[in-house]
Amino acid sequence: MKLDSKIPDGPLAEKWSRHKFNLKLVNPANKRKYDVIVVGTGLAGAAAAASLGELGYNVKAFCFQDSPRRAHSIAAQGGINAAKNYRNDGDSVYRLFYDTVKGGDYRAREANVYRLAEVSVNIIDQCVAQGVPFAREYGGLLDNRSFGGAQVSRTFYARGQTGQQLLLGAYSALSRMVDEGKVKMYARTEMLDLVVIDGHARGIVTRDLVTGAIETHSAHAVLLCTGGYGNVFYLSTNAQGSNVTAAWRAHKKGAFFGNPCFTQIHPTCIPVTGDHQSKLTLMSESLRNDGRVWVPKAAGDKRHPSEIPENERDYFLERKYPSFGNLVPRDVASRNAKEMCDEGRGVGQSGLAVYLDFADSIKRLGENAVRAKYGNLFDMYHQITGENPYKEPMRIYPAVHYTMGGLWVDYNLMTTIPGLYALGEANFSDHGANRLGASALMQGLADGYFVIPYTIGDYLATICPKPVDTTHPEFAAAKKRVEDRIQTLLSIKGTKTVTEYHRELGKIMWEYCGMARNEEGLKKALEMIRSLKADFWKNVNVLGTNEELNQQLERAGRVADFIELGELMVIDALNRDESCGGHFREEFQTEEGEAKRNDTDFCYVAAWEYTGENQPEVLHKEELKFENVKLTQRSYK
Amino acid sequence: MSWFVKTIWSTSVGRKLVMALTGLFLCTFLAVHLAGNLQLLKQDEGYAFNKYAVFMTSNPLIKTTSYLLYASIIGHAVWGIVLTIKNKKARPQGYAYQNESVSSVWASRNMGILGTILLVFIVAHMGDFWREYHEYGTSTPMETKTYIDEKGETVVYKDLYHEVVETYENIWMVLFYVASMVAVGFHLCHGFKSGFQTLGVNHPKYLPVINSVAFIFWGIIPAGFALIPLYIYFNHI
Amino acid sequence: MNLTLKVWRQKDASSAGKMVTYPAQNISPDMSFLEMIDVVNEGLVKKGEEPIAFDHDCREGICGMCSMFINGRPHGPKQGITTCQLHMRSFKDGDTISIEPWRAKAFPVVKDLVVDRSAFDRIIQAGGYVSVNTGVTIDANAIPIAKDIADEAFDAATCIGCGACVAACKNASAMLFLSAKVSQLALLPQGQVERDKRVERMIDQMEDEGFGSCTNTGACSAECPKEIGQHHIARLNREFITAKISSSNK
Repeated sequence: MKLDSKIPDGPLAEKWSRHKFNLKLVNPANKRKYDVIVVGTGLAGAAAAASLGELGYNVKAFCFQDSPRRAHSIAAQGGINAAKNYRNDGDSVYRLFYDTVKGGDYRAREANVYRLAEVSVNIIDQCVAQGVPFAREYGGLLDNRSFGGAQVSRTFYARGQTGQQLLLGAYSALSRMVDEGKVKMYARTEMLDLVVIDGHARGIVTRDLVTGAIETHSAHAVLLCTGGYGNVFYLSTNAQGSNVTAAWRAHKKGAFFGNPCFTQIHPTCIPVTGDHQSKLTLMSESLRNDGRVWVPKAAGDKRHPSEIPENERDYFLERKYPSFGNLVPRDVASRNAKEMCDEGRGVGQSGLAVYLDFADSIKRLGENAVRAKYGNLFDMYHQITGENPYKEPMRIYPAVHYTMGGLWVDYNLMTTIPGLYALGEANFSDHGANRLGASALMQGLADGYFVIPYTIGDYLATICPKPVDTTHPEFAAAKKRVEDRIQTLLSIKGTKTVTEYHRELGKIMWEYCGMARNEEGLKKALEMIRSLKADFWKNVNVLGTNEELNQQLERAGRVADFIELGELMVIDALNRDESCGGHFREEFQTEEGEAKRNDTDFCYVAAWEYTGENQPEVLHKEELKFENVKLTQRSYK
Repeated sequence: MSWFVKTIWSTSVGRKLVMALTGLFLCTFLAVHLAGNLQLLKQDEGYAFNKYAVFMTSNPLIKTTSYLLYASIIGHAVWGIVLTIKNKKARPQGYAYQNESVSSVWASRNMGILGTILLVFIVAHMGDFWREYHEYGTSTPMETKTYIDEKGETVVYKDLYHEVVETYENIWMVLFYVASMVAVGFHLCHGFKSGFQTLGVNHPKYLPVINSVAFIFWGIIPAGFALIPLYIYFNHI
Repeated sequence: MNLTLKVWRQKDASSAGKMVTYPAQNISPDMSFLEMIDVVNEGLVKKGEEPIAFDHDCREGICGMCSMFINGRPHGPKQGITTCQLHMRSFKDGDTISIEPWRAKAFPVVKDLVVDRSAFDRIIQAGGYVSVNTGVTIDANAIPIAKDIADEAFDAATCIGCGACVAACKNASAMLFLSAKVSQLALLPQGQVERDKRVERMIDQMEDEGFGSCTNTGACSAECPKEIGQHHIARLNREFITAKISSSNK
């Protein structure tokens, strides 16, 4: 199968406008005859469901949480980028596009990224109109800040809760459509399989998480807005429920998976305290604006930080990157912290942390000024660790935060299964090998509000608006497969808990497919994951029945899918013999230890095709053409 | 149903509005009532007090207002009962263990109990004085007393003053009245401010004013009421 | 640390429930409260007993999903945080901890500590939004909003919809939840057009869901993990009165 990215012709800046004109339209009177399923109600899902409902489509929206408002988009702290240039500081659509492509280490599609930058301005207008209370200046106009090392101030924010406010905006739009009867909401309902008929997505199989009822839902198109798969690492900043199941099921039904190994590791998280740890908490990277990162010079130095004199400290980021210092990009900061810990210079009980020290800033600005800037983050740190960061340095360690990889989609956000779309973090499209700060919210909302409402019509207009035939045997067959899988899980009655498997998988992934990877480790990981998978299906212990609220069963299904995804991530990481963005292969680095891209051989999207149980996945390459930006090596020296 | 009836009967905020408006109106009555009662402290054998009693029962404006007052008491009580029942229904199964005292004050959670005590008090109090004065179902008419007024003319008033003094010579009655005033204090400690909150009057600029006025109502006024029986009791033993 | 838990166990919505005692052993003070329950649950699964069902998701205090009534208080003994942000160092070795679900007619128990809070969604559906279609908007900076107004709207908008206000209120009233949304939109110019209809419909919906009425005890604000203040309820009352008096809705 040849991958067709459907990138429109014409100059970069005109592609989207031209494409919008060329897209087929659905007659307004016919829209209500089309059913659209939206899975997931985060920024992308809620925005898409609301917007499609407004257009007149019949939407069915699904989420596994008890309310659509709980989706994990809500936890995003920092902000949302938009090329408004309200600061008159030289921002433009082109600059946002350029920064995003460069930040993604040249592994994203130019046309997609340009469109993202283009619609970013509409997102802010839309959210303000919904009543999202963005931060404002005294003159009453919107405030902006610079974020993630950007040279311009283009980030809109709502204190440290931007994701929450944007999601509640989208949730309110969704609620309005539910009230108008255009969207039917199914909460506490998890998608467990995709129904594909004659090669087209025609519905999904779901499980009601309260009653256990397995049901099928039909539609003319299915949108997966199911977020990322960071929980494959067990410990991540993702929510407990975040999972890959919907996307993975679609993958197994024929949707290609793009760049699965591209994961983002965020440098400023609160370190792990023990095996009981269930999740990691991120602190905004704005902390690095005033905090200084250091470790003791000597390995194994277990003295209290206050007892380590200045000349025995190593401010390693400042030392290695004199011009960017503590503000190097996320991947560089994360990797260096890991290096220090690998050298035995990590701090804290576990030795898996570095200091982030505010002593100098407090001396320079005063405690009150620091409190005004970072008070809520300091409180959060204090809450979790029981230590006072005003008195002693914070301990931080990197944690998995975002996955750039996801289902492969074309310019219309359609996957390789016609009628199946992937939006937001669930697709692979806009961030390349590394995502810039404050761009995740932008992408989720861009896809949901401003891309899919146009592009879905192009597909729906080609199919007849008559109801989907739910008596087609594939519906019953898909349902049966789901029921069988659940029965298998319940009948194994082994000795290990689901959490034990998940934790084990996470350790393998973190160790061998985390911040730094190498061929030997990846090969080892592949073996380990395969035997973990075999063991899981022999020895997992899932109690209870299907016909009840059974949280063990829910997790078991998700972990089973994570194990399979983990294997593909390792395969993808092995295949990509280069370092780029969040993917750092130790064999491919510059003399200074920086990521070394190989644009001759790897300037492509790796799209993996599932070919059957225990069959090797087949690699398809979508070559990336850069017509507008010049590929350069990142340097932060 | 008109929108008005619907609002005050079938919406929770509407029902609360009835409580707030009647409650605050009753507060104003308390202030007037205390002003009158202070006449009891005058050393004039009850002239001022008995004259005030006549004024209160004969002035047409006051009379009209008194009907409003009776309606308010009944309304406040009935709506209060309805609210309490409805609120109980909102939590059919209670907690096995609940630690409420950290998040709210006792009085605010027990307005129903305090209100019931006050209702009993009002009935008893009206039976003691109001009924006697109006001679509803009493066997003997109230005694009268003759005074020489400011113009030197002879006037005859029903001697409510004597009735009051007689009542407050009984220590149990004194205790009952004082205890009831404590209940009034607690009831208003929450009720007064709560009334304003329900009416939507809560602003950081004006809240201190409301708080000060509230203290007059839950602290000073009930104390003033309680002082009178104590004063009379200790002056007459 | 070693603790004793008294946990509400209830098989499903139609079954009766009861408090059951479990030991929680070798608990680290660095654990979050939910991680402590995780440990207890792992132990139960190992013994072949059914683990305790509870709602949780983000585990960083923002999604609003966790909902435990701990030692008589929603989200436990500390103020301004959710259950997932509560750490075991807030307890002492040997403590007995009682854990119950939110209790309200409008929040029926689904299982163990899991309750159904869809009533909140229906309240928002009744009007907790600005009716603006995607794309038909003016420039974001076309309407300036005074910073203090925007900040106060934000304070109200921080509500995470966890339901602690309902759980804490002796009347199981949802007024704080309602007021957070009404207040946010009443303050902002974008919310003006539908102002009257919004508050009237949302109050009606709250009534239909079976929540009690507000008696201004202040317990909701005191227990709110986002510390949303009582003055928002006052604003809701004001909005309601104004709407009833001035709107043309019969």
